[in-house]
Amino acid sequence: MTATAGRKPLQLSDLARLSSVGLGTRKLRAELSALGIAIGVAAIVAVLGLSASSQAGLLNEINQLGTNLLTVSNGQSFTGGAVELPTTAPAMIGRIPGVHQVQTTGTVSGANAYRNPYIPAPATNALTVQAASLSLLPVVATTVAQGHYLNAATAQEPVTVLGAGAAQRLGIDRIFPGERIWVGGQWLYIAGILKPAVLAPAIDSSVLVGYPAASKYLGFDGHPSTIYVRAENDRVNRVDDLLAATANPENPNQVNVSQPSSALVAQADAKSALNGLFLGLGAVALLVGAVGVANIMIISVLERRSEIGLRRALGASRRHVAEQFLAEALLLSALGGVAGTVIGGAATAMYALSQHWSVVIPAMAFYGGIGAALLIGAIAGLYPSMRAARLSPTEALRTV
Amino acid sequence: MKYTLPSTPDSYAVAVADDFAAGGAGVPVLDVDNASRSYPGEPPVQALREVNLTIGQGELVGIVGPSGSGKTTLLQLMGTLDRPTGGRVQITGLDVATMADNDLSYLRATRIGFIFQQFFLAEHATVLDNVADGLLYAGVPLKQRRQRALDALDLVGLAQRPHARPTQLSGGERQRVAIARALVGHPAIVLADEPTGNLDQATGQSILALIDQLHQAGSTLVVITHDHIIAERMPRKVEILDGHIVADTGPAAPDDCRLRPSASFVQPPVSGHHSAFSIADDPS
Repeated sequence: MTATAGRKPLQLSDLARLSSVGLGTRKLRAELSALGIAIGVAAIVAVLGLSASSQAGLLNEINQLGTNLLTVSNGQSFTGGAVELPTTAPAMIGRIPGVHQVQTTGTVSGANAYRNPYIPAPATNALTVQAASLSLLPVVATTVAQGHYLNAATAQEPVTVLGAGAAQRLGIDRIFPGERIWVGGQWLYIAGILKPAVLAPAIDSSVLVGYPAASKYLGFDGHPSTIYVRAENDRVNRVDDLLAATANPENPNQVNVSQPSSALVAQADAKSALNGLFLGLGAVALLVGAVGVANIMIISVLERRSEIGLRRALGASRRHVAEQFLAEALLLSALGGVAGTVIGGAATAMYALSQHWSVVIPAMAFYGGIGAALLIGAIAGLYPSMRAARLSPTEALRTV
Repeated sequence: MKYTLPSTPDSYAVAVADDFAAGGAGVPVLDVDNASRSYPGEPPVQALREVNLTIGQGELVGIVGPSGSGKTTLLQLMGTLDRPTGGRVQITGLDVATMADNDLSYLRATRIGFIFQQFFLAEHATVLDNVADGLLYAGVPLKQRRQRALDALDLVGLAQRPHARPTQLSGGERQRVAIARALVGHPAIVLADEPTGNLDQATGQSILALIDQLHQAGSTLVVITHDHIIAERMPRKVEILDGHIVADTGPAAPDDCRLRPSASFVQPPVSGHHSAFSIADDPS
């Protein structure tokens, strides 16, 4: 008979028991080498988790702001000059089926805003002076941070409301009665400061005045330059198609129509260049962890010569010995992988919650992190386990 | 304490039993036929030269020789840990030379038990699991391994401490655990390499007494030692020097297969240094 008839490989449970006892014998060392893997996996999981969470946060914010805002702005003529929108455009757009709100702003050309008359003229702070309609704020999804917005009375008077960025650039963080700025050779009293308008960034860097006041004090010609349109959610695309032709029937191609939310969504989808960098760093950490595991396993094989000899004497084949050491390397890196995933997940959750984002950890990060750790353990454990298997029983049992 | 063959042996024990049933007394447990072992070098080192040794079932053989005489090499050949460079080694009729590594290791797992001078116990495993590991590579399930380990511990007088750690045991107790591990698979032959080498004299005597009991119960054992006093007490003594067998008392007569009664069996006083039976230091 052949001696191997019916020989069974080690059961998985026996292999797990052997490797956990092997690691338990040198606990601190095992923990430290698992830590290397854990750091790499944690970095990868956290990078993937944070970018997914921030994206989810942004999309959530966009949804709250509404995706049904469309803007119409004046485009360029063939010769490159700006083409003004007709003054009739807002009313025409308001008659498109599905449009429920139309608000406008008009750039007051030639007027600049300064803190006071002594500021040199070139220091404009890149602020624009805009005439604004009276119900603009809900349409562009922002509110007043301080004071009041324009109303029918203040729109007639030399009164202004500052966009969030404009107030900052002018150095005004709160308003008090009688506070004023120098706009187009004229003092304008500040009525309020707005919160940032994510969907309409142009508002942020604007100094807003009422249409009548702009005509009266700043020589505004009355042409709107941007029209903000809120349409019914399910008719946004149809309204979008009609906007250009409605706003400027003569030259529809000289009108810019855009949906600010879609631009933001595209921006959210775009992967940050930094993600690649951090993923690379995570991969390097994993690699270093793998070298650590391989190192520990080789030392372990050298130290445990007599154990290898004993196991060979007890009847372990070369394959059994190789399997035992490979299982130890796999267990070590699996522990590191699980710990790293937990740490990375926790870091993601903590940061996301602090930013009021929803916590999103892609499944790929979870499985990928543990999978990468196992792969690395297998590669790192291969050579040490082959070495252990190649050791002859007599050499292993030789006492030094 | 009594040692019996398993009532429900695993398939391998059945195979062993079948071999012996078929061959009867005709198949020796171990047959070393003209075996040599040399190690490469300039000139090559001849560790063993044309050694002949046949050990039958139920024998207790002491192999004695000074350090460097080749006795450890002989043990490794008998234990299939090494292969001869010339001649032939057969275990229960199976020729070692014709077997692949996997077959040889299975042969060790099922037919050969080892006892080492250094015990080689896993400190982080319990006594029970250390003994149970003797069956790990024979394909016996864990539950059965532990049950049989308990039986083997009972055999060596340690049944009451299965969950102790080896570090909590005395040297003699550790060697008993190692002996239990060698016996747990009911091997055809047990090879002991200086089993008392790390023990004080009194403890060594008790281990030798245990070996005698196992022999009485039917086990086949080979004890390697550098100590002539120990070898003298074995029913069969083989003397080895410079890789040659220089003396062999031959298989003992049936009525003589006991460890020779000697004064050593009288428990020496605790301060054993003054005892006339002090184990001689290794000549090396």
